[in-house]
This record gives sequence, C-alpha cells and structure tokens, in this order.
Amino acid sequence: MLYREAGQFRTSYAEDGRIFPIRQDRVGFALLVLVFGVAVPLLANEYWLKAILTPVLIFSLAAIGLNILTGYAGQLSLGSAAFMAVGAFAAYNFILRVDGMPFLLALALAGLAAALVGVLFGLPSLRIKGFYLAVATLAAQFFIVWVLVKFPWFSNHSSSGVVTAQEVSILGYRFASPEAKYVLTFAVVAVLALAAKNLVRSATGRAWMAVRDMDVAAQVIGFRLMRTKLLAFAVSSFYCGVAGALYAYTYIGTVEPEGFNLDLSFKILFMIIIGGVGSIMGAFLGAAFIVLLPILLDNLVPALFGDALGAGFASNLQLIIFGGLIIFFLIVEPHGLARLWQIAKEKLRLWPFPH
Amino acid sequence: MKLKRTVLLGAALAGLLASSVAGAAEEQFIGLPSYRVGPYASGGSGVFGGWIDYMQLINERDGGINGVRLTWEECETEYNNARGVECYERLKKKGSTGNTVFQPVSTGITYSVLDKAAQDKIPVVTIGYGRTDAADGRVFPWVFPLITTYWSQASAIVNFIGTKEGGMDKLKGRKIGLLYHDSAYGKESHAVLDRLAAKHGFELSKIAVAHPGNEQQSQWLQLRQLKPDYVILWGWGVMNPTALKAAAKVGYPREKMIGVWWSGAEEDTIPAGPAAKGFIAAGFNVAGANYPVVADIKKFVYGKGKGNMEDKARIGSVYYNRGVVHGLITVEAIRKAQEKFGKGKALTGEQVRWGFENLNLDDARLKALGATGFLPSLKISCADHEGPGVVKFQQWDGSQWKVISDWVESDRPLVRGMIEESAAAYAKEKGIKPRDCSKEG
Repeated sequence: MLYREAGQFRTSYAEDGRIFPIRQDRVGFALLVLVFGVAVPLLANEYWLKAILTPVLIFSLAAIGLNILTGYAGQLSLGSAAFMAVGAFAAYNFILRVDGMPFLLALALAGLAAALVGVLFGLPSLRIKGFYLAVATLAAQFFIVWVLVKFPWFSNHSSSGVVTAQEVSILGYRFASPEAKYVLTFAVVAVLALAAKNLVRSATGRAWMAVRDMDVAAQVIGFRLMRTKLLAFAVSSFYCGVAGALYAYTYIGTVEPEGFNLDLSFKILFMIIIGGVGSIMGAFLGAAFIVLLPILLDNLVPALFGDALGAGFASNLQLIIFGGLIIFFLIVEPHGLARLWQIAKEKLRLWPFPH
Repeated sequence: MKLKRTVLLGAALAGLLASSVAGAAEEQFIGLPSYRVGPYASGGSGVFGGWIDYMQLINERDGGINGVRLTWEECETEYNNARGVECYERLKKKGSTGNTVFQPVSTGITYSVLDKAAQDKIPVVTIGYGRTDAADGRVFPWVFPLITTYWSQASAIVNFIGTKEGGMDKLKGRKIGLLYHDSAYGKESHAVLDRLAAKHGFELSKIAVAHPGNEQQSQWLQLRQLKPDYVILWGWGVMNPTALKAAAKVGYPREKMIGVWWSGAEEDTIPAGPAAKGFIAAGFNVAGANYPVVADIKKFVYGKGKGNMEDKARIGSVYYNRGVVHGLITVEAIRKAQEKFGKGKALTGEQVRWGFENLNLDDARLKALGATGFLPSLKISCADHEGPGVVKFQQWDGSQWKVISDWVESDRPLVRGMIEESAAAYAKEKGIKPRDCSKEG
C-alpha cells in the first residue's frame, strides 16, 4: 500500500535514470533531508548533535570512501584511518600556513592531499590482490601515522603531538555552535554522498564494478586497469581525507596521529561490512550501527543491571553483546543492513498482495 | 466545598514539595570517564577504583562534604577520543548542578574537551598527563595539570640522577639513554631533556620503541653499545615489562633504569618477573596500603561491602593509590570552594574551579587527611596551575615498591620558563588575552 506504483510512468531517459525511480522514495528522501538538515539542528540538543549525529555523519563519509574502494572496485584496504589522518593534518597545515585560507578550499585540498597519498599506496594494487593488498595498505596505515609523529613539522612542533584545530569560519561566519558545525557537516556529507551515488552509477562506477567482478575480463573488454584502480584509490582516499578533516574540525576539535590508528581503520571496515558492501546507503547504516550501538549499550547495561555487576564486568559485557550482535546480523543477512532494507522494500512493494 | 478541597490539596502539595526540598540532602555530581576495557584497562580499573572508593569513603565516614553527598556516574571511554567526547557531553548536565569537574585520564580526550569545557564552565583536571603548558593558569583558567607535569618529571629524574652521582656537576660527560615510546607521549620528554643535557653537559641518546613495544632487541643492542650510565624508561603498557626483560638479557643493571610514572606500577613490574628487581620509577603518589587514608577506605568502604575493586589485593597498588589522589584532590577542591560559596551547598563547575585555583594542601591538612607522604603538599594559584612539580622515587624489590627518596624537585626556573613560553605561543595563536592574576580574588 505504501508503495503503490500504479500510475507512475517513466516517459524519458532522464526519468528512467533517476536515483529514486519511485515517487514515494523521492518524497521520503526529501523528507529525510529536511528532517536531518533543518528539523534536527533546530530541535536536537547539544549532546545529540555533538556526540551522536555529527560522528555518525563523518564516519558515514569515511565508510562511503572505503566502500568505493572495497565495495565497488574490489580493492581491500586497511588504511582508511591513515588517509583520514592525512586529510586532517593537511587541512590543519593548509589553514595554519596559508594566510586567509578559506575553510572549504582547505577541506577540498585536504581531500586532494589524501587522494595523492592514496594513489601512491594504491600502486601495489596493480600487482597484488586480495589479502596481499590488504597487507600493503596496512603498511600505509603504519607508515603514515609514523611519519606524522616522526616529523614535528606536521603538528607545528607541538610538544605533545596533539594540536588544536583552528576555528572554522566561512565568509566571516564562525561555525562555533554545535548546530552550525552539524549543519556544515551535514551539507558536506550530503553533497559528497550524492556525488558518490552518481559516480558509482556512471561509466566510472561500472568500470570499478567490472574490475571488482573479474579484472582479467575487464581488461579484455577494454578497461584500463591501472587507471580504474588508481582512480578508485584516489576517490576513496579523497572521501576519507575530507572525513578526516571534518573529524578534526567539526567533531573532535583536535588533530593527533594516534587518534587515527589501526582500530579506526578496522572500525570503518566493519561499518561497510555491517552496512553493506557496495552500497552508499549501507555506509550510513553501518556507521550508525558501529557508532551508536556501543553508546546505547553503555547506557543500557548499567540501567538494566544496576550495580549488580561490577563496573569492569559491565564494561566487558557491552563488548560481548556488541560482538554478538555483529555476528547475529551477519548470520541473518551476510550482505549487510542495506540488503535488509532492500528486502523489506521489495516486500512492501507487493504488500498486501504478495504473489 | 470545592474551594476547600482545592485549598487543602494545594496545601498538601506545597507541604510535600517543601518536605522533599528539606528532606533531600544536597548532592554534588562528578562524572567519571573511565576505561575498564581496552588496552589500558589494567591502569584504568585501578585509578577509577581508587577514586570511587575515596568518594565512597567521604560519603560513608563523613556523610559527604559538609553534608553534601557525592554522586557519580561512570562512562566507558575505552581510552578513545570520540567516546571521551561523547562521555563529556553525556555527563555534563547530570546532577543538580551539572558535572562539576572533568578528569579524562587521557591526554587525547583532554585536548578534545579543552575549549568546550571552558565554554561550559567546567574545570578540567589532568593529574600527571594532558597539556603541560596548561600549568600557566593565566592562559588556561579552566585547566589544572595538578601536582606535576611531564616536563617537571623529566627534570626531576635528571635531578635525582644528579643526587645519586653526588652533585649536578658530576653529570658532565655522563651518558643518559632515553628509551621512549614512539608517540607524542614519548616525545614529550625531548625538548626539556635536550635543554637539561645542554645545561649540565650530559650526553643524551634517544632511542625510540614503536608501539606497542613488545619487541626491543635492536634497541637494547644499541644501548649495550652505547653503555649509558642511566637509562630513562619513558614507556607505556607492555613496553615496560619488555624493556625490563630485555635489560636483564643484555645484562644492563636495573638499578640504573629509571622509569616515569606510567612505567612504575605493579602492572609493569610483575609481568617482568625477577628481571624487574632493582628497577626505579618516579611517581607523584606512592604505593602501599599502610597509610591512614587507605586504612580508612578498607574500614569504612570495604568493611561495609561497598568497595569498587574486584581484586582487593590491588588496594594500595600504584594505580589504585593514584585514583585515591584523584579523589582526594577533587574532594578538597570542592571543600575549599564550599568555604567561599556556602558550606553544605551543591556547587557549580565555575565555583569548583575557584576551589581548585585556591587549593592549598599543606602538611597539616595532609596529616589530617591521613595522607602524609602519600602525595606532595600542594598549593595552587591563579598563575600556577601545577603546584610543586615534585616526584618520589620508588624501587621494586621483587615483590613490592619501596620508597627510596623524599620528594625530588624539578629545575623549576627552566621548566616554568618553557611552560610560559609555550603557553604564550598558544595564547597568540588562539588570540587569548592572558588573565591579570593580580586582579583575581
């Protein structure tokens, strides 16, 4: 009933090629954007904006980045956090060292810097595949963090290696309040997510998927492997870099190499596995799952069990439940939460009269 | 009839309200961003256990601070910045007056909440970690790196070595190796040790150990060739016992190895077994359960079955006692603030900040608290948010830590000069106008 499609005809190529071919989806998506872009910043309190929604958006962006590389182009990477670090440090240094550097330009440059580094570390992908490539990107993870610690120039000779992100201001408007920072993050993430969605539907995206499914076959039918793979690395790292810069500027407010460790890379990988490999929406669902569930458990477990458990056991129990839920979801739907949503939608389209 | 009933009901309601106001004791909320899982859980469970036990002691023995009971809530950070920020936001509005002090026990989280806490008017207290130059209270009114900082510690270690050698002038031409955790934390030692090396004429060799540090063969080979007179161990986690074992393997005397306060706990020495015997470490608190304050905790808290530690053998360990220090200083700052803003009242973060800034734990006060020698006496002022900057040295005798020195001072003019230099640079970068301390009351 919700998805009554009767009477919706597509009469042109443009209509046929839309992201949301069904009207209900378009309306739903517009509502979603309105809710999260307008209503939420007006209504939500500081805790929700600062501690819940902003990190979900930023990690979604990083997960989209990794999803482009792993989900669409089939190149396994364990270096996402390092590319985020490149983005964060690049933005910091551009703003620090170039007078009057506009924030959005710094953000774009941060992404480009990360893309450049990403291409460098993507070079081995021309020769090695699968788990071996994962190990090569693992090297990126350790190498980049090491470089950022080793050369104090990157952190402007800060004695503790942690630097405070500068104030964000665009055209004289200071983005200081949590609402403003959230809206800025939302805008950047929305634009980039839309771009990613269109990119993966374009010839480039099809090239990536061809390489992912079988690179020899892709080469035979005329895709240039080097270009396609390196482009995937560049675009993916660009997204991670922008996510890293946002992480530093609109979320945490500091830049430190150790914040971007292997744990974070794994977390982003889990996000796309839980959310759905090869799905833009999956990146959002996965990020929400990985970021929010531990916080929910941290609130729930003490509330449910009170002081009956020791504090140490309560903390460990959260991890046990968290891990258990990940396994549960992967058994129920190995293709991730995005696939669950897809199935639900297919059922809804036939409801209440399935075949 | 109707009117009468309304009046009666109103009176009853008013009475209920009044009685509930009078009946409810004032409460002071303290948010605890703890870490009991993750790589640093062994330290975190000790620190937060001791801290909670001390607050429980105040509630059980004294009925709170002048009748104001302490309440607290833990929030698991896993030593992760993002989770720490979430905890900060979650805890800040809890309790009747909000969270009154935030102590992250993590340098990364400290940096992440530094600006925000000043806006929210919540003091950030970082005992033995965090931003060193925040010791300049003129630039950082809301941050309190109390007792000592990494720079003071480095300088105090050099002074201790000097005393052992029989005078600072004897350091000339000596070789000191610095085995450090290759991270921002480990590098914190470099600038100050470089200056001290230039000043006293000793030769400093810095040797990095990559995180996590469970492989140190090449580093110890290097140290064996260098033959330093002393090795400063600036380690963290598994790196510490590994270093001790590696030293035993190459035959470097542990008596010549001096650890920092994150290298000098039972969790660092016990895993190294007999190899740890003789190892010396600095600390702003000492180990041991035979202090009156710890005895009181055993009696009033554990005696009533309200203790926080699952493993009671850890009571009196270095990390546990560090937690007691955290609790003690927090409670004393609140007590000080109550003197100004009203005894028996729940205070806001802004009022407690005044308490920290005017904190004065002299020897008489420490004796009254049963903590003589447990932590150094402490006097904070508007300009100086650090305090004494002293550490004690303890030696591992194979089964426990033994105090082998009195409080050792740092090279205060040098360290304070560096702090002011760094704070001034920060103020300039951020456009902060330092406070005029002569106008602070």
